[in-house]
Amino acid sequence: MNLSRKWLNEFVEINAGDREFAEAMTLSGSKVELTHDMGEEISNVVVGRILSMERHENSDHMWVCQLDVGKDEPVQIVTGAWNIHEGDLVPVALHKSTLPGGKKIEKGKLRGVLSNGMLCSLKELGLDERDFPYGVITAAALLNDYHPIDPDKPSIPADIKPGDKMFGSVECAGVANVSPSGEGKWECTLIRTEDDGPCATTLVTDCQNLHKWDLVAYNTKTNTICTLADLRAEQKEFPNCIPDGIFVLQENCKPGDDIKTVTGLDDHVVEFEITPNRPDCLSVIGLAREAAATFDRPCRFHQPEVKGGGEGVLPELLDVETPDPELCPRYTARMVRNVKIGPSPKWMRERLRAMGVRPINNIVDITNYVMLEYGQPMHAFDYRYVKGGKIVVRRAQDGEELTTLDGNVRKLTSNMLVIADDTRAVGLAGIMGGLNSEIVEDTVDVVFESANFDGTTIRKTALALGMRTEASAKFEKGLDILNTLPAVNRACELVELLGAGEVLDGVIDILNYVPQPTLLKVEPDKINALLGTDVSENVMYTILQKLGFETTKERGVVKVPSWRGDVKEMADLAEEVARFYGYNNIPTTLMRGQTTLGGYSPEQKLEQKLGAVCRSCGYDEIITYSFISPTWYDKIGWPEAHAKQEFFKIMNPLGEDTSIMRTTTLPSMLDILARNYSYRNKDVRLYELGRVYLPGGEDGLADEKKVLTLGAYGEGFDFCDLKGAVEAILKEIRAEEVWFEGWRIGDDAYHPGRFATVWVGGVEVGHMGQIHPNVARNFGVDAELYCAELDFDKLFQVRGADPEYVPLPKFPSVTRDIAVVCREAVTVGALEKAIRKGAKGLLKEVSLFDIYRGKGVDEGKKSVAFSLVLRADDRSLTSEEADEDVKAILEALEKDCGAKLR
Amino acid sequence: MKEQLAKIKSEALAAFGAVTSPAALDELRVRYLGKKGELTAVLKQMGKLSAEERPAMGALANEVRSALEEAIETASQKLEAEALEERLKAEAIDVTVPGKAPKLGREHPMYSALDEIKDIFVGMGFTVLDGPEIELAELNFDRLNAEEGHPSRDWSDTFYFDEDSRVMLRSQTSPMQVRAMDSRQLPIRIIAPGRVYRKDEVDATHSPMFHQVEGMVIDKNVTMADLKGTLNLLAEELFGKGTVTRFRPHHFPFTEPSCEMDVQCHKCGGAGCPTCKGEGWIELLGAGMIHPNVLRMANIDPEEWSGWAFGMGLERTAMRRFKIADLRLIFENDVRFLEQF
Repeated sequence: MNLSRKWLNEFVEINAGDREFAEAMTLSGSKVELTHDMGEEISNVVVGRILSMERHENSDHMWVCQLDVGKDEPVQIVTGAWNIHEGDLVPVALHKSTLPGGKKIEKGKLRGVLSNGMLCSLKELGLDERDFPYGVITAAALLNDYHPIDPDKPSIPADIKPGDKMFGSVECAGVANVSPSGEGKWECTLIRTEDDGPCATTLVTDCQNLHKWDLVAYNTKTNTICTLADLRAEQKEFPNCIPDGIFVLQENCKPGDDIKTVTGLDDHVVEFEITPNRPDCLSVIGLAREAAATFDRPCRFHQPEVKGGGEGVLPELLDVETPDPELCPRYTARMVRNVKIGPSPKWMRERLRAMGVRPINNIVDITNYVMLEYGQPMHAFDYRYVKGGKIVVRRAQDGEELTTLDGNVRKLTSNMLVIADDTRAVGLAGIMGGLNSEIVEDTVDVVFESANFDGTTIRKTALALGMRTEASAKFEKGLDILNTLPAVNRACELVELLGAGEVLDGVIDILNYVPQPTLLKVEPDKINALLGTDVSENVMYTILQKLGFETTKERGVVKVPSWRGDVKEMADLAEEVARFYGYNNIPTTLMRGQTTLGGYSPEQKLEQKLGAVCRSCGYDEIITYSFISPTWYDKIGWPEAHAKQEFFKIMNPLGEDTSIMRTTTLPSMLDILARNYSYRNKDVRLYELGRVYLPGGEDGLADEKKVLTLGAYGEGFDFCDLKGAVEAILKEIRAEEVWFEGWRIGDDAYHPGRFATVWVGGVEVGHMGQIHPNVARNFGVDAELYCAELDFDKLFQVRGADPEYVPLPKFPSVTRDIAVVCREAVTVGALEKAIRKGAKGLLKEVSLFDIYRGKGVDEGKKSVAFSLVLRADDRSLTSEEADEDVKAILEALEKDCGAKLR
Repeated sequence: MKEQLAKIKSEALAAFGAVTSPAALDELRVRYLGKKGELTAVLKQMGKLSAEERPAMGALANEVRSALEEAIETASQKLEAEALEERLKAEAIDVTVPGKAPKLGREHPMYSALDEIKDIFVGMGFTVLDGPEIELAELNFDRLNAEEGHPSRDWSDTFYFDEDSRVMLRSQTSPMQVRAMDSRQLPIRIIAPGRVYRKDEVDATHSPMFHQVEGMVIDKNVTMADLKGTLNLLAEELFGKGTVTRFRPHHFPFTEPSCEMDVQCHKCGGAGCPTCKGEGWIELLGAGMIHPNVLRMANIDPEEWSGWAFGMGLERTAMRRFKIADLRLIFENDVRFLEQF
């Protein structure tokens, strides 16, 4: 919501600077996004009257002008613009002036002639034709400005003179005299040659660049002066006949006036972020109330007064029906006859412009003006297109079509509300008017509508049709039903003020719902208890009164103003008190009351522990999106998962690549590994403790499981590196009986020969391995990637108890190294298992120290060497005892694995 | 004999003093004190002395012997010290050669910011709750007083899993307030961090998935002043002692009164600069007193109990904390980024 401070000052005078104003309004609840001084960059630019113009002695296109700028002496300024004439009022940037875009103007010489500043165009003032429609420049093609593209082949001879034929009915003519004929047009006398000799022709033209002695192309048939377009000429052929030039003012002003005041650039605009509970603040009046309360200044609101007296009897001309009263609680209308469509006055255009609304014509501008001022959307229909003089506010028929003002054909449903006449829809209620009843140049009779529509219906319609408008945005928040009548009266008052038409007496006002005022009890103790303050009852009442709350006969009860539909109970009153008492004046205290035991749950502690061990293994934490593309299942070799659709699918995703909730974290990890790989990051190790979303939770929700995912690649990184990290994790959580099982039908995402399921006791906690080279390639990686996926809940389940002290060994241990030869297919794990099985209770540690293949070992076999540590807790072992144990171990190795001592 | 002893003594002492290697020292020791050494040879002549001479000469001989032995010890110690010094000199290294550090992984900066926040609240007696991200619209909206028609319920703003808009990706961590009220005993002090989802395209400040921390207290006599006190403490813990905050009125359906808390811009100290878009303040979080309707819907009597709640975006907090310029870096997970923290 933009606010013109000039407009605001009409209702409440506030002199604070922009920053102070913004700060105070923000702290009382109307958040200011930014403030903008419309003329901030303009200084020392004034109105000047052109006293005389002479052609520059050293230039074929410049003029030397003498201007009255309200000082004793005229100033001389050189300009290259051709659209100005003696007597024109123009913006003059004097010596040492500034213009938008940081432009600085100083005096200087132009081709030897002193220029004491610059004449300005609309653009140079930061304005455009929308601000000043009359500022549009039409340029005639001046033959004395002709520059042939090919100098050898001019299409207009250099010595052309009045009377020379050019083509068709176009001939050369000379300008003898130019004088303004009003409304920006010019009366021009041309010297021509007819059969019987020289003659003069006088005509009125839009072209502004004509001066005495100019040569023009004159079309005898149409009696017009040709523009570049008429001659089908290119701009470079007439480099100075451009649709650009100095802004010739038609404002009521005099030499020396500040241009900012003249053009309305002396306003400051404040942009507010208005929260959805305060639709009343989407208006100048609403913000004026807030500003008045904030700065403790009186408000001056005015009651619109309509003279009326237009010809005709309203009820005879117009009939309104509201067959769906719940969708249209109130419909208020008035009529204006004999309207004169034209531009609205400057002050109105300026205010609209400051608020970011484009001026169109007086009637449309009035509806916009009232909407901005009152916050009540208005609509104007052309009465002649309201067939049967009847307005029906009804539900659309399914399939009914309406072409809205923006030219789009809208297909409607019966959930949408239309404004219709006897036969057809003429507008989409609360959103946009219909093209078939638009106000046009020859509109004579106008109906002003000021209605209250059901917010939800408007919102749904706007959403369904994809056309959220200024009006619909207001209606959907719920507007003050009492506001329709003052708004329509204000519109009619403005019609009379602008002399835009004759207002008929009387108002059509259908009130389907009579709102009851909300009465609330003011309970100072409760308010103070909620806020933690000690605000006196008096102060509370003062604040509420400033905001329009009225006291009632019943003591302690206030009437909530009709525009404050958001205030319903004590807490709402507390907010009003707090806002104007000042949030920052509320004391700061720390909580008292019953002590609560805070802390982390065992699951949260495990999460922390897992993160810590991953990091100490060198893995960096990542965060990936929970939603993925369904195509990622194909990418990881799980096409059937994709086909089965066993996942949560977002109905309205941002795009396909974020359209389903992942049921595996693997592709997310691979995506990040691949990204790092593409950035040429070496030796990457990553982990994420993230969720997967499996169907089958309570209430139709997901079963959201946490998964600890590890991923890595790098020079020399192999299976055992990752396995080591997994082992470290399991050791950290004190899991016992850990083993890794390979040679198992696993996951298609993994290398079949480098994949293991991870077991703790009888629980499969996850799996790990090298990513299948095809899958890695699908992610654009031509290197070995390794991943592990561990189920958090399972890890939680298998985590060991807190450690318990075991006495340190008192007796020395005996170490024996053994090397056995076995078939290639026998795993180290199986050998280890056999060793543990064969041991007789003295074995404390087994560690692999070598695997050897080659000379001395038969083909298809390998030699595996272990170091065994044996110890008894109650005595020193003898060599014989140790030998006996080793013997038993070797027997088990041979029996279970066919492994023989080497 | 006396002269002989004196000669040996002076010669030997001079030799020991000049010795430069352990081998030479050993050689000298044998030469003077060995079985066939010079001193031994002299002592062997003792028998030839008269009984009167013997004690004096014996004493003298012993004196010479112990003088020699002492000199050997001194020389030996000196040699050892020299040898050690030599060795240490040889062992000197270039200490500017890089250390062999084990590679440590890093916690994601956003989660390390979250850890700080969690610790602050746990220290104040809060429990950390975890809840579903795929959530019922009833909990995300209805139970939080955002009735049918609230703009955030639009399909243009929120992700849904069914045509009836029943199941959705939570758009805020606030449904955890409802879950806490439904499942916990009063009084309640909880925080609930987690992922939330909104239909925003990815850019430097937006992401369709981001993180929030929700906080809630319900107790008897809880006031807005308590809310301010607690949140000021949070700001000081996060951004340093003396951090200046301000509270502005705002609107949330589930709190009344509602506010937003700003912290004074660290760059300009409130004067206004590009970091704070000229405002001098940076928005940190939204908060307020729990709306009586929300309490009523959870069967908590607002006449007896009151509470406050807040919700803060984690990404923005982490970005401010670590001066990260672009939100996309957080989800890009480039190790060159991750390893800076």
